[in-house]
Amino acid sequence: MDLDAVPQEGNATLDGHSKLMYARDAQGRVVTTTSRGWEAEEIVTSHAVDVLVEQARVAKERVKAGLASPLEYWMYERRMDVALLSQTSGFWQWRVRRHLQPRHFAALSPAQLARYGEALGLPVSTLRELP
Amino acid sequence: MDFKHQQAAHCESGVISSLMRHHGAPMSESMALGLSSALSFAYLPFIKLSGLPLISYRMPPKAIIKGLLAPMAARFRFETFGSAEAGQRRLDALLADGKLVGLQTSVYWLPYFPPNMRFHFNAHNLLVYGKDGDDYLISDPVFEEPVRCPSGDLARARFAKGVLAPKGLMYYPQAIERKAVDAASVVKAIRKTVRTMLAPIPIVGVRGMRTLAARMQKLSPADPRSVGLHRPRGAHAGRNRHRRGGLPLHLRGLLAGGGAAARQAAAAADVGAAHRHRRRLARLRAEGARMVKGREAVDPVALAAKLREQAEQEESFFRDLKAAVA
Repeated sequence: MDLDAVPQEGNATLDGHSKLMYARDAQGRVVTTTSRGWEAEEIVTSHAVDVLVEQARVAKERVKAGLASPLEYWMYERRMDVALLSQTSGFWQWRVRRHLQPRHFAALSPAQLARYGEALGLPVSTLRELP
Repeated sequence: MDFKHQQAAHCESGVISSLMRHHGAPMSESMALGLSSALSFAYLPFIKLSGLPLISYRMPPKAIIKGLLAPMAARFRFETFGSAEAGQRRLDALLADGKLVGLQTSVYWLPYFPPNMRFHFNAHNLLVYGKDGDDYLISDPVFEEPVRCPSGDLARARFAKGVLAPKGLMYYPQAIERKAVDAASVVKAIRKTVRTMLAPIPIVGVRGMRTLAARMQKLSPADPRSVGLHRPRGAHAGRNRHRRGGLPLHLRGLLAGGGAAARQAAAAADVGAAHRHRRRLARLRAEGARMVKGREAVDPVALAAKLREQAEQEESFFRDLKAAVA
């Protein structure tokens, strides 16, 4: 890529940071330059983020409707899924899935809640409620 | 510590080239990538990340660091820890000792990353060069300037769980006996890259690109797997490259620094062409991305044809290169 072809379209997901890129100068040497971002990259990154945000939004609705425990919302809000929350908290996946049900969530001991709080990086009081 | 931060395009190659430079062995990021033969292509449909097949443009994490040990006659110490406290104690001890330490971390828990870039990706490399109060002073190679990170957040990032869990991995050189890159190891590295790219395995190198093209061709535009909220494979090829820290081809940089034999090879194989080839791959990605957003009609067949054309060009390039370093 030539130096003047380096994308500078601005990528909102970079939050004002610049990326380093390699390009060719007029003499044909490879030099480094900074890029404000690239449209394609913004599309794919924001697409990935949108999916995660949507999951959290749906979970919030489910919690409000009494179909899920607040843990389900916080799991998605932290951009995790059952597999990752299981690995991080040390609970087996089938137990995590049970704890996503309001009935089983309500029966969690303070120690078990603390494990989820630790895994998600949240205080237990937050974990029990929706924001 | 007298340490000079330098921004790089990717984390692992950036960290290791900074470490080498700091210890008196001049090395560019391109050289680190080339010399470790870390450039590759792999389509691994049986490994799923967020439900999407893994497409990689480089060797697995740690390959760049380990690939440089032999050519630089270097010995590195790699340490992992059973607990976050032990990991932090050891890091503090090394910093107090004046050492520059490389760490493997999860991007999600690093507060200085833009929120939209914070995914649970566990193989991000960075350098720690000091501590100021509770803050670690960090040289993160993908940022323009050095950054700071509170100790609690760094501990979380180092001990995140999941795929490729870092387990607090830290590394630093014990000895780097060769301070300059010699031509023989450059030629050897090029041979290895050529071997990977032309490997007779259907999911690796040029053949991997063709397999991916065949799979892409089969997707119907209406198929939710081509475009949709959950399985956008057209753009996925692009996103993964970005998220997995994929790398453009810097063979030219490698060759320019690599002595007479390598320069000869460069002249023979028009290494500049390689750059153009990889740029075409980037354009392909851009088209896929625009299709996902509905800005253009989704056409997996056209994308597959472009990918095949790309495979064709890369094959002829690597065949020429093979002849040049034979």
